[in-house]
Amino acid sequence: MSARAAQSSVAAHDRGLLVAAEVQVRGVSAQVHVAPGEVVALLGANGAGKSTLLGVAAGMLRPDRGRVELDGEVLLAVGSSGGSGAVPGGPMNRPVDLPPHRRGVALLAQEPLLFPHLSVLDNVAFGPRAAGASRRAARDAAARWLERVDLTHLADRRPGQLSGGQAQRVAVARALAAQPRALLLDEPMAALDVTAAPEVRQLLRRVLSEAQDGAGPGQPPQPPVLLVTHDPLDALALADRAVVLDAGHVVEEGPVREVLSQPRSAFAARLAELNLLAGTAAADGLRAESGPTVAGVLDPGCSAGDAAVAVFPPAAVAIHREHPATGVSSPRNTIPVLVSAVEPRGALVRVRGSVEADPASISPGNSGPGDSGPVDSGPVGHPAAAPVLAADITAASAADLDLVPGSRVWFAVKAAEVAVHAARR
Amino acid sequence: MLRSGQQRSAQQRAGLPGWAFAPAALGAAFVVLPLVAVVVKVDWAAFPALVTSDASLAALRLSLVTASCSTAVCLLLGVPLALVLARCSFPGLRLLRSLVLVPLVLPPVVGGIALLYTFGRQGLLGSSLEVLGLRIAFSTAAVVIAQAFVAMPFLVLSLEGALRGRGTRYEQVAATLGASPSIVLRRVTLPLVLPGLASGTVLAFARSLGEFGATLTFAGSLQGVTRTLPLEVYLQRESDARGAVALSLVLVVVAVVVIVVTRGRRTEGV
Amino acid sequence: MRRLRLVALAVAGTAALLLSGCASSTPTGTASSTTTTPAGSPSSSSLVSTGTLTVFAAASLKSTFTTLGEQFEKAHAGVDVTFSFAGSSDLATQIQNGAPADVFASADQANMTKVVDAGLTAAAPVPFATNVLTIVTPPGNPKGVATFADLAESGTALVVCAPQVPCGAATERVEKATGVTLTPVSEESSVTDVLTKVESGEADAGLVYVTDARGAAGKVTEVTFPESSGAVNTYPIAPLSGAAQPELAKDFAAYVAGPDGRAVLQAAGFGAP
Repeated sequence: MSARAAQSSVAAHDRGLLVAAEVQVRGVSAQVHVAPGEVVALLGANGAGKSTLLGVAAGMLRPDRGRVELDGEVLLAVGSSGGSGAVPGGPMNRPVDLPPHRRGVALLAQEPLLFPHLSVLDNVAFGPRAAGASRRAARDAAARWLERVDLTHLADRRPGQLSGGQAQRVAVARALAAQPRALLLDEPMAALDVTAAPEVRQLLRRVLSEAQDGAGPGQPPQPPVLLVTHDPLDALALADRAVVLDAGHVVEEGPVREVLSQPRSAFAARLAELNLLAGTAAADGLRAESGPTVAGVLDPGCSAGDAAVAVFPPAAVAIHREHPATGVSSPRNTIPVLVSAVEPRGALVRVRGSVEADPASISPGNSGPGDSGPVDSGPVGHPAAAPVLAADITAASAADLDLVPGSRVWFAVKAAEVAVHAARR
Repeated sequence: MLRSGQQRSAQQRAGLPGWAFAPAALGAAFVVLPLVAVVVKVDWAAFPALVTSDASLAALRLSLVTASCSTAVCLLLGVPLALVLARCSFPGLRLLRSLVLVPLVLPPVVGGIALLYTFGRQGLLGSSLEVLGLRIAFSTAAVVIAQAFVAMPFLVLSLEGALRGRGTRYEQVAATLGASPSIVLRRVTLPLVLPGLASGTVLAFARSLGEFGATLTFAGSLQGVTRTLPLEVYLQRESDARGAVALSLVLVVVAVVVIVVTRGRRTEGV
Repeated sequence: MRRLRLVALAVAGTAALLLSGCASSTPTGTASSTTTTPAGSPSSSSLVSTGTLTVFAAASLKSTFTTLGEQFEKAHAGVDVTFSFAGSSDLATQIQNGAPADVFASADQANMTKVVDAGLTAAAPVPFATNVLTIVTPPGNPKGVATFADLAESGTALVVCAPQVPCGAATERVEKATGVTLTPVSEESSVTDVLTKVESGEADAGLVYVTDARGAAGKVTEVTFPESSGAVNTYPIAPLSGAAQPELAKDFAAYVAGPDGRAVLQAAGFGAP
């Protein structure tokens, strides 16, 4: 894919943000393209090269070879062009390396990094001031941005007087007020506590979709957004596309839900240690695209009718041969599943299977190929869209249930264990 | 035994072993007593006349003027130097940093001799300056040069430490918000290290005010031109010990004020 | 106040202990000098004249007194003469504050008078040498200074001693006697500082003692002027009452003022009193 991208880079990447970099000491050689208005989640473990790519895009890091383009303008072009790696050096006569302040690429980091000596208002006004606006015009613009993030009442505060969530929301306003041509988000929720993270995620969802619609005040429409995260929820909530980095290379790329629910690479599978069901939020859960309605707890930022995803951990799933009795105290979800793989994992066994569209077709007994080894295959004989779910059960239960690939079972999960998050459509 | 046991329990709260207090008290007394001795020795009846004599006032005025000038020179040259030392990396940087700090540990007399062979008539630069009609030796400018030479490391050290402590993350964020390096320096870097800059400036001023050895060796000693307060003290000691003591007290008071101001800023700093 | 004194004593005691511990390697202790006494010296005379003699002498006497000290040691077997050379006013202050000195040789009468008035001398001070001022210039005398009056010329950067120190007081006396008003670029607090500035070429001329000019021969050019006789500096010497070796102290003072001392002092440029 990289060779193809390299060949077509000029044609395909004349709009949006292209980041291609090779940094030998960090073992990174990767390329990412973000179309105008698109949000791309850059997923990967620590040290996978996410921050390296971001640093190259922002101008903090000069790669051995690399190229950064924004809407056709070359921001960086260094290294020789004759290489055969994933990174196109491009035909160049002299290296280009624009300093960060001339790139129009704003960065929102894990920590808000609000300037402690400036008020909230002046923090947000920093970008417009740096761009040459008068103090008054900059403050006016800043006030409008504070209004958009609902923090007008904190305008005169010092950053030290804000909570973590408030500070990060101010940082969002500050980054957007600079009217960047591209936006880089470096794990913006990672340092926040459990109550602040959804709040900021929701805000980003809102402002990013507004930006996509070109609705921001004076905002040039559709800046490409590159989001670095290791949290699948962030990707689901904010991104259109996911790019998975492992050991410095792109290992997987595609629509977020596809990458997370049907990981093709071992790494993406590890990354998505959660069961995901995509659909539309309902009052008390989610209507899955694949059919079943799942009862769950709605995230605060999510309301009925929104595109959403139901998330629950494999450990919360119980497996039954027969349709279990409906729970008395708490509502329970029962989902018909065709087992596709049974993998021992220490004391536990991970059972994977695809959701069956028609519960009526369930029949007890073994009908699978009888293969007892771990099978990592797609949902054979089913539409490709059928979501795959996983359950972690004890080895004893697995033996009792006599599970093999092909078994037809019921996955049961309490509604309280299912979180329904808003997702980007 | 009981008493020592009680003491131990009280000191455990302070987190210090008991034996540390005796030498600590002795150490404090060792520093404070000589200052007290100066105060005790002052001839209070004659004090106003002694510190307001022509020679004393001229020395005080000269000291304040030259120390202010040298502090300005330190800021003008030392701030960029500290920025380069803290933010850049190039071969020889470590060596440069060590060399810049040498005046801190150099005996001031050696500094004076070094300056003499730099700015003196037959010095490295002095001979060229002489051609231009500039005569540094025996001028007030020489005093300022001597003071700046010994005081600059204090400013550079203090500011570089503050810069390193702050890191570059705020500056990077400012750059991605579109701020040019000059704007970043003015609106982010310097405001953030203001406490360090302030204490460095006060220290540089204090060091300039107390400069003696290099001035004596390099600038000479003439009332109203090059004879600063410490030189006046040194000279008055020859003829009138009371005057020397009175002026010493003035310097002690200045030193105490400087320390209080620096400390106050430091604790209040962001 | 009493408490303060106690603390002061404690600190001083501790500091003294520490410092004496550090300083024990220098050969000033009486104990160390007695151990170096040659065993073959006659016991009758060694009882009287063995030991260490500490002489406080003006800085300008450094080379002559070092020579005289060696000669005195040769003449008095078992005697060890140690010196402390510094500005006369420094030495007078130290003696008044109880410094352990046996003999004081001052570069002027004023500082000797301070010690005499404090009742610290064991005998009346005896003048043993005189010194007069001379002009020194950088080698070759580039400005062509020939007379005392030339020093007042505006193009000549002149360095003198400050009036507060003996050589500066002498300078003022010559000024008064000649009616020439000098406008120095610097008034230094010691002869050495004047010499340094002339040697390095910073100053065009300086006023120092004849003996200092001789000592720096080769590094400066000396220009004598007759008016210098208007300000003759007399050096007095006296044994001190606190001397550990009263007899030896008197002997040394007499030795310096006697013919042996005269010869050495004259060779260095000092005049007879």
